[in-house]
Parts: sequence; C-alpha cells; structure tokens
Amino acid sequence: MRDRITFVLNNQVEQVSGLAGDTTLLNWLRQTKRLTGSKEGCGEGDCGACTVVVARRRADGGMRWHPVNACIQFMGMLEGASVTTIEGLQSAGAGGGGLPDGQLHPCQQVMVGHHGSQCGFCTPGFVMSLFAAWCNGDGLAAPDIDTTLAGNLCRCTGYRPIVEAAAALEVRAIPPQFERQRREIEASLMAAIAHDETVCLSDGRRSFTAPTSLEGFAQSYAQTPGATIVSGATDVGLWVTKQNRHLPNMIWTGRVRGFDRVERSGAHWRIGPAVTHETAMTTLADGRPDLGEVMRRFGSTQVRASGTVCGNIANGSPIGDLPPMLIALAAEIELVGPASNRRLPLESFFIDYGRQDREADEFVAAILVPVTPTPLFRAYKISKRFDQDISAVLGAFSVTVSGRRITSARVAFGGMAATPKRAAAAEAALTGAALEISAFEAAAAALTADFTPISDMRASAGYRLQVAANLMLKYGLDVTGAPVPRLTGAGLSAHDLRATPTGTG
Amino acid sequence: MAGKGIAGDIRTAREHDSAHKHVSGTAVYVDDIRVPDDTLVVLIGQSPHAHARITGIDLSAVAAADGVVAVLTHADIPGRNDCSPVYGDDPILAEDVVSYAGQAVFAIVAETMRAARDALPLAKIDYDPLAAVLTIEDAMRAGSWLGPSVTMESGSPDSALAGAPLHLSGRIEIGGQEHFYLEGQAALAIPGEDGDMTLHCSTQHPSEIQHKAADCLGVPNHAVTVETRRMGGAFGGKESQGSLPALLAALAARRTGRPAKTVYDRDDDFMLTGKRHDFRIDYDVGFDSEGRIQAVLFEQALRCGMSWDLSEAIAARAMCHADNAYHIPHMRVVSHRCRTHTQSNTAFRGFGGPQGMVGIERVIDQVAHHLGLDPLVVRQRNFYPHKFSAGTVKGRTPYGQVVEDCILQDIVPRLAADADYEARRAEIEAFNRTGGMIRRGIALTPVKFGISFNTTFLNQAGALVHVYSDGSVHLNHGGTEMGQGLNTKVAQIVAHEFQIDFDVVKITATNTGKVPNTSATAASSGTDLNGMAAQAAARTIKSRMREFLAEQHQCMPDSVTFANGRVRAGGAQMSFAEAVKACYLGRISLSATGFYATPKIHWDKARSCGRPFYYYAYGAAVTEVATDLLTGENRILRTDILHDVGRSLNPAIDIGQIEGGFVQGAGWLTTEELVWDEAGRLRTHAPSTYKIPACADRPPVFNVALFDDGENTEDTIHKSKAVGEPPLMLAISVLMALSHALESVGDDYPMLDAPATPERLCLAARRLGGPGIALGDK
Repeated sequence: MRDRITFVLNNQVEQVSGLAGDTTLLNWLRQTKRLTGSKEGCGEGDCGACTVVVARRRADGGMRWHPVNACIQFMGMLEGASVTTIEGLQSAGAGGGGLPDGQLHPCQQVMVGHHGSQCGFCTPGFVMSLFAAWCNGDGLAAPDIDTTLAGNLCRCTGYRPIVEAAAALEVRAIPPQFERQRREIEASLMAAIAHDETVCLSDGRRSFTAPTSLEGFAQSYAQTPGATIVSGATDVGLWVTKQNRHLPNMIWTGRVRGFDRVERSGAHWRIGPAVTHETAMTTLADGRPDLGEVMRRFGSTQVRASGTVCGNIANGSPIGDLPPMLIALAAEIELVGPASNRRLPLESFFIDYGRQDREADEFVAAILVPVTPTPLFRAYKISKRFDQDISAVLGAFSVTVSGRRITSARVAFGGMAATPKRAAAAEAALTGAALEISAFEAAAAALTADFTPISDMRASAGYRLQVAANLMLKYGLDVTGAPVPRLTGAGLSAHDLRATPTGTG
Repeated sequence: MAGKGIAGDIRTAREHDSAHKHVSGTAVYVDDIRVPDDTLVVLIGQSPHAHARITGIDLSAVAAADGVVAVLTHADIPGRNDCSPVYGDDPILAEDVVSYAGQAVFAIVAETMRAARDALPLAKIDYDPLAAVLTIEDAMRAGSWLGPSVTMESGSPDSALAGAPLHLSGRIEIGGQEHFYLEGQAALAIPGEDGDMTLHCSTQHPSEIQHKAADCLGVPNHAVTVETRRMGGAFGGKESQGSLPALLAALAARRTGRPAKTVYDRDDDFMLTGKRHDFRIDYDVGFDSEGRIQAVLFEQALRCGMSWDLSEAIAARAMCHADNAYHIPHMRVVSHRCRTHTQSNTAFRGFGGPQGMVGIERVIDQVAHHLGLDPLVVRQRNFYPHKFSAGTVKGRTPYGQVVEDCILQDIVPRLAADADYEARRAEIEAFNRTGGMIRRGIALTPVKFGISFNTTFLNQAGALVHVYSDGSVHLNHGGTEMGQGLNTKVAQIVAHEFQIDFDVVKITATNTGKVPNTSATAASSGTDLNGMAAQAAARTIKSRMREFLAEQHQCMPDSVTFANGRVRAGGAQMSFAEAVKACYLGRISLSATGFYATPKIHWDKARSCGRPFYYYAYGAAVTEVATDLLTGENRILRTDILHDVGRSLNPAIDIGQIEGGFVQGAGWLTTEELVWDEAGRLRTHAPSTYKIPACADRPPVFNVALFDDGENTEDTIHKSKAVGEPPLMLAISVLMALSHALESVGDDYPMLDAPATPERLCLAARRLGGPGIALGDK
C-alpha cells in the first residue's frame, strides 16, 4: 500500500503525502499550491465557481474529461487522474510549450469576445465547464448548453452572453496544434503514473483509503469499523465542508476494479457502487425519457460526473430523486458484508429518517433494475427551480395494463415522508381499475391516506399533498391519451408550447 | 491608429478592462491576495437565538483549543463597538442582548479555518431567550417600529378617493432577496507601524469602512487605509455589510500584530448579512371607467430587521417609486419601518424602488382586470406627460418633483410594435380559452427610476489622475468595481478626454489614500459621479498642457487640440507622449484631482418632498410566460426590452447590465424564496436551498435593445444615463405575466404574491377554481 497519491496537475506530475484524508482539492489548490484561480462560492458543489477538469480513462480506454467541483472532491480521489485548473489552459505543461504571448485558450477567448464576464468570480468555473465539454466534443450544441452550464451560477450577466460564447466554440474542429500537444502530454503522464496498488492518504489522524480490488475494499472496511464509504463525495464532501464533521477513516469505492460497471445480470441491470449518474443515465433512461429528464435536472453536469447511483441510495435521503423512480421500477438493492450477501426490494431498504436496513459492516454492492420495458413509467420532479434543485416532491408512477384494465401499479414519492415511500392506498385504488381518468382521480384522493407530509423551506405540507395528488392526475392524463405538455426539458422553446395542443381541463 | 480614432473610445463596446484576467483566473479578489504565511483567519461565533439576553460567556475552552490564537468579544474593542452605516445601532459583537439568529457574538482568531471551526462548538454561552418579533405581521401587531411612520402626500387623497366612481382595494406581499454575490464578504487586515492598519476589502464603500475601522480601533481616520481592487459581485450587499468582517479582521490584526482575514463561508454570509426588504403593501384606489386613476392610498410596511442599517433611505425610495410611471394627482403613501429580530435588511439593487413599483403595477393590473381592459391601455392612459408637453401639463410626482424628461410615450409603442404585443396577447387569450392545463400570460410593464442618492450630500465624487512623463496615465477615482464595468467606462472617459488609446490608461484599485471621503458606489450613480470627476481631473491637466504648449508654439490655448493620439499646437504636431514630455520639461504639473457634485437636487426628509433626483431613467419590457396549473411550475418564454441609457458610453456593458438586472429581478419575483422558521432561523442559507436563476431560467428568446434616441436632458457625462438598477424592475413584467396567465382560470383577480413560486401559482390556481384534485381542508 502506498502512503502517497500521484496525479497530474496542469500536466505536471504531483506526489502528495501526509495530508489529512478529508483535505479537499480546492483547499489544497488555493492554500498549498496558491493556485487561486479556482474560487469558492458555496463550498457545497452548487455554484460551480471551483470547477476544474479531471481527466480519467474510461473502461473502453477512451479519455473522458469531467468537470468537477473541487470544493467537495477529496484529494485521494485524484490518484492516477489528471487535473486541469484555469491556470493550466494556456500551457501544455511538462515538455510542451505555452500559447504564444499569453494568448488565451479558445474557451477563454470566446468568453472575452462575448462579454461573458462581469464581476469575473464565477468565470473560471464557466471556462472550465466549457473546457470539459470542448475536450469531450459534446455538450456544446445549442439544446445542450443549458445542461452543460446548469452547475455554474452567474449572478451578473443573466447568462445570455455566456451561452453565446459556448455556442461559438467549434467543438468538431480538430484541436489546434497546442491542444493536441497538451492532450498527448496528459495521456503520457497518466500512463506513466498508472499503477494498481491501494493508496492511503493520511496525516495520522484522518485517512482516505483507495483500494483497487473487491477483496482489498472488504478488507479495509473490516479493519476500520465505522469507516465512511465514499463514492462521489457529492454528499460526504458536505459533511466535511458544511458540518465540519470529523471522519477518521474514509474508504473510496472509485478505484475498485469492476465497481464502475453497469452490466446485465439475469433479468436486471446491475449497477455497481462506483457507477456515476452520468454513466448510469444511458442505461436507466433508455426507453424512459422521464427518468432521463429527471436525471438531467438533478445535480448538475459536475455532480453527475462524480455522484453515484448507489451513493444516492445509501445515504438514505428522503428527497433523493433516484430512489422513488427506482422503487417504481421495482429495483432491488444488494448488500454485502463479511457474513452476508442479500437482496431486498429497494423500498424495504428505507426504514425511517436516517435509518436504513444496512448492518454496520455491510455496504451497498449494487442496485438491480429490471430490464423489462416499462412503457407506462412516468416521473415528475417538482422544485422551485427546474435545473439543479432538490425536489419538493418527486412522483414516480408505473402501471401495467391488460386491455383497458390496470393490472398492477407501483407509485412512489420523494419529499412526502421521512423516506422515499410507496403509496399503498393509491396503488390499491389503481390496481384492477379501468384505465380511465376516474381511476387516477380516485388514486389521487387516496394519497391523503398514504402521506402526511411536513412543511419546510422547500414547500408547505398543503402544497406537497396538493401537488402529489395533481401529479397522479397528470399521470392519468399522460397514460390515458391526454398528456399535458411539459414545461421542462433541455432546449424547450416557447414554440413547443404554442404549437402543441394541450390536454383538457 | 491611422486616423480611425482611438481604441476603446467612449460609445464603443470595449470589453471589461479585466476580462482577460477573469477568464484566466488571474484577477485578484480579497481571498486571492498573496499573504504572509503567518496570516490568521477570523471566524464568527453566531447567536442561535433570534432574541435573547446573554447571561454568561465562557470562551476559555475555545481560547485553549489547538491553533486558536485569540478570542474576541465586545470587551476587546478599544474604540466604538459599532459597525452601522448611519445610526450607531449595529454592534460589531453583541454585548448584553442578541437581536437575531446569526448575530456575531464572538470571534475566533486562528491559524487555520479548520482549527477555528473545530474550536467553535467549545464556546459556552448562556442565553435567556426573550420574545421575538419576526415578521411584518408580528411587528405591525406589536407596534414594533424603528422610528415613526412617515407620510408622503399630494393633492387631496381622501376626498379624491371618495369622489372616484370606482374603487378597489387589496394587499400584496413581496418577499425579500438574498444578494448571492458569488464572492462572499471578505476582508484582509495588515497591521503597520504607529498603529496604522491597511485593509483590503470587498466593499462598495471603502471610505465608510475606513471611518468605522478607525472608530473601532480608536485611531484617527488617517491611520487606516482601505483598498478595493474589485468585488466578485455586490448588488448593494457590500454597501454597508462589508464593515463587520473588515472591523473584525482589523481587531484581530491589532490584537495579534499579525495579518488577519475574515472570509465568510456561504452559509455564514446568509446568516449574518441583511437582504432586500420584504414588503407588505395595502392599497385603496379610486378610478374611472376608462381606467384613469384618480387617487391611491398606499400603506407600505417593510421589514427592516434588528437595526436601521440603510432602511430609512430605502423606505424613502420605496415611497418615491410608489407612482412608478404614472401621474396620479392624489396620492398618499404611508411607510411603516418594522423592527424585527432578523438580519438587518440592507441595500439591494433598486434600494426599495422595486417594491414600491410592484405596488403600483399591481394596482394598475387589478384595475385593468376589473374593467376588462388590456393593462397596457390602462398603463398608457396614466403615464406622466411626455417631455415635450407644455410646462403646464407636465406631471408632478407625489413628492413634488416635476417630471421633465418622460419618454415612455416614445419607448412603449415602439417596444409593443417590435414585440408584436397586441397580436400575441390576442393569440394567448385565445389559447387560454381552450382551457388546457398549460396557461400562458403576457405583460408589458414600464420603468421610471429616479437617479441620485435620495440623501443629497452623498451625491459627490472625487478622482485623481496622474500623467507620467512617458505619456502613460494613472487613473484613480472613488468608485468601486463590482463587475458593472465602472472602471472600464471611466477609463474610456479619460482616454476620450486625452484622445489616447484605452490601454494607455492604467486602472488602479480604489484607495482611501488617493481619493478621500467618497460615497458608496451605489444608487446607479458610479459613472455619473466618478466619470464626471475623472473628466474634470483630466481637463485640469489638459488645460495646463494647453497653456504651456500655446506659449511654446505661440498660439491661443483654445486652439491646442488633442485628437487621435496627437496634439496640435500652432504649426506643431506631436504625439501625446511627446507633448507630455515637453510639459514635464517645462515644469508643468501633470497630476490633478477632479471633483463633482450633482447640481439641482434637494430633499426635505421630514416632509418627504423636494427634487431628490437629477433625472429619471426609463425602460419597458414585454414578457411572455407559461405555467402548468396542476403543479404551478412556470417559465419565461420570451422577453423583449427597450431601455433608455441616454447616449450609451459602452453599449456592451449597458446591455450586460440590462440583461443581468432583468434576470436577477426575475429570480426575485419567481424562484428566490427566503424562509425563516418559527424560531427566526433562516432555513434557506445556501444555494442548495435558495435558488437564484440558473442558465436555463433566462428567457430563451431575449431581445434587448437600447433606446436609440436616448439622450439625457440633463448635463450628465456625455449625455449618458445610469444603468445599474433600473433594469431590475423590468422583471415586474414577469410577475404581471404570470398573473395574466392565471386570470384565465376564473373570474377573480389572482392576487398573486411574490415570489411566484410553483407553490403560490398552484395554490392560486386551485383557489381560482382551476383544475386539480379537491382534497378538502386537509
């Protein structure tokens, strides 16, 4: 086991040891390296001012450049990766040259040319989000830009000039000589530092361990009872930055071979512990546009690049968006411990607020989602803001029908109880009923028996109940042939709403 | 140059002077300044109670914790324990009583932020909780005011109201707004010799921090120097709120002899700082069947929080904008300044004007609904008379100022035509009549915003210009750069004056040692005031150069010209740098200060009358929205804006202010909701819970134009107009469009409060008889 981490920073190899395991990349960049171009705007991965780009090899060997919120990225997560900060855009790094005369990188130049900065504080983050999209060659087509930039907040410009700057980047153009050289150096440095050993970063008081095998992972977990399992750190990161919690030992799923895999397992898709939302989205959203749209809206490009499906479930949040959708899809959860290997329906995992059916020595080994098509699956996310907001209520619905009769129903809500929860009374009202709007009206009224929601900063109890009932009605309209046009969706235009005739009221 | 004029002249879309640094991460903000390794950090210990008596403080465990160097309470302040801008009612650190949840009680000075945060829970403070007044309703019921209520009156409102053929009354509640500047409050203090202190602050008001820091340290003003290079956004939130972090950094530096900095974490920033005031506005309106408004009575109650801060002037501006663009002969505005146990609310872009304006726009909208008229028609029927109307016809505001420059009659019809308002409104109403779950709405609302600080003496500015012997120019002025492009515009003005390229002018950090006794960069006045002062300084130098060169080349001083980088005197022609060199060798002073004080204005605070504003800025917006009646989700579909900036100094910067202001205003009225719990603790204290507009929330169709014929009737800098605040209020069109969308649901007027969240819209639609599941009273 190595007691140091090795990664690439702006195309120079860095070795770091003796750091507290919960040191964030942003603090290290700003305080130790004095690279102050990346800014802290919120310290919780919501504003994007600290966005840097982390390049990793994909399973298929290709390179992927992820925009990452450095404020909630632990240093140990960088082992073997390549980090580019705003300071690195104008230089090819070790052995390569820089752009002549301080010339700007195209991702920077478009922002200047379109008056995309006012106060400038959010600007490095925007530039880095553009840089990630530019490297990957996706996310810069007109309908995609809002999503590419959803994780970057700007309070000055109103975004129009930034969007135009993004649109002006020529994604499909062959990278200029300089950028090609930068990428070649990056790839060769990453290859040079690659290794298969477990690494552990620690200052003697707080450690971060990154095992590489299932055995190593299980062993680390067994040796350090009470250790915190970390996947994307999009939640655990906030325990540190916002709650100042001391986590003596963290164990990371992200480097374990095979943990990042989505694979077919019998009648299920098996989603491993380190599978990010970005990766899982392709599979989960296939044939389920609503699931794709909710996933597009939750978190942000940065959060989806780091956050994981299993983490979103393991943390037991009552307002996570994936759990109710997966419950409606009859997903199961697999828990593994030294003496156990068990599967249970996902809804059974959530016992009460902050309490899940997981023994102290178990970890979430997979989420299993049936491959069966679910043509009548729908999900609706209600939040104050469309993009990158935590839901006040999320309703997920899936019925099966035979002829004109509903043969089974799965309905689950987030934000309506202390856990993501199925709506038993509503399901009962639907099951066996004729596929007519009246069945959904009855099911909607039954929700008052299923839920007694609370009032908080996101919504009042009264609205939660009203909107949950209305979502049931909306679902009914959707599946009985009178769908209400959606106000959400990447690239939705006014024209879409004008041209589409609406449902009946 | 090739005779094509200078680069970066006025009226060109010169990019922000720091744009290259913004995009490369090299623009330095306070927390980026390279500091010595022994620099300390300051963390504030906050009150968990909204209102309580402090009965015991034991910070010994905090002081003994690893990495803690000092702990500060009010007893450690050598001078005055006050960080308020006006009234002396904001303790730096609480003494006997805490007055809001989040209030600073003590400060930890530590080697690292981690050490400070680890020590924070070790504080033992005993509180004896007291009854708290939290909301406007609480305050009105309890008679909890900061000062007496103030009345502004014109005509005979009571009799005019009684005599009007038609009447309506109502109430609108308007939520507050968090500034959410991306850079939190930040200050760095570096101790010097003789007890001097240098502060680097993210502030709109370096002079005030200088003066407050001197008072709290017990030293003369000359011992403190405050410097501000730039802010990462401010929006009014760094007009007075920058004092607390700065004074604590100064106290820590004084106490330890080491540099110290206070940088608020985002959550602390939310909890500690004031916000835009929430308002409750009650109204009675009398009008005729044509929609002509004869009388309006307004009662404005605003939540000031635990102290005055800038609330008195904010309340005054809200009163001065209760008329917006409308000539209402009989009007009374009563203003109640509610004192509550919450954050002390403060300046925010518009400074009370937006809330005042929402009140009258609601009234007009409701009148139009009552009469079945297009609200635009009612608006136009009530506009102040056009600037070219005869003097006897000109309108007078409720505070007695004659409106001499109204151009809404030029702007509004042009905008309505360009945006195809009438046809779209007809199409939308037809669409809504089909009774779908999605309803659309459209509204055109005008803005008339008064420019100048209501407080007359603040309308002054200074500048300092040096021309070095190589012809390069050093520019300094009292304004601060918060992203609005002030430095760029002022440098354009100076470049224009000397007829040299923009890049020859060096923009430098605002510094109280260079230009003293400045006003806050606020009230949209930055360019008007500092541009004039810088122009005056440049003109002083030019006139000295003219006299010298005229004598040297035997011509009249007036005949010496500066154009396109060249100076001509008699038969001689030389570059600017050559002319400067000649003047230097001729022992001519090439450094000058400039000063400007806005003419014509006066304000009688006691009687709420006078001419507080030098001129008005005008604009109008048309916004179309859609909402889903089942969920209340809503979005902007299209916005068209025509806005008057006089003769623009920099069209790109002005467009940026208009677009950014509009989107920020739209956030205020839709997604941005501040929620306090019943104990008075702010629950929305981070971007995870408080939602400012994201990229996809901007209008997908966003047509923004400057009013081509704009020209300030007053003698402002190059006939331009201020642009910082006015565009925010164009977003009132969003709220009115959402109301319009709901009007189709039932017969009643929607009476929509702000912010119009999905919850408000959904529940309003249900109330109006819209679709959805009936759940009884549950």
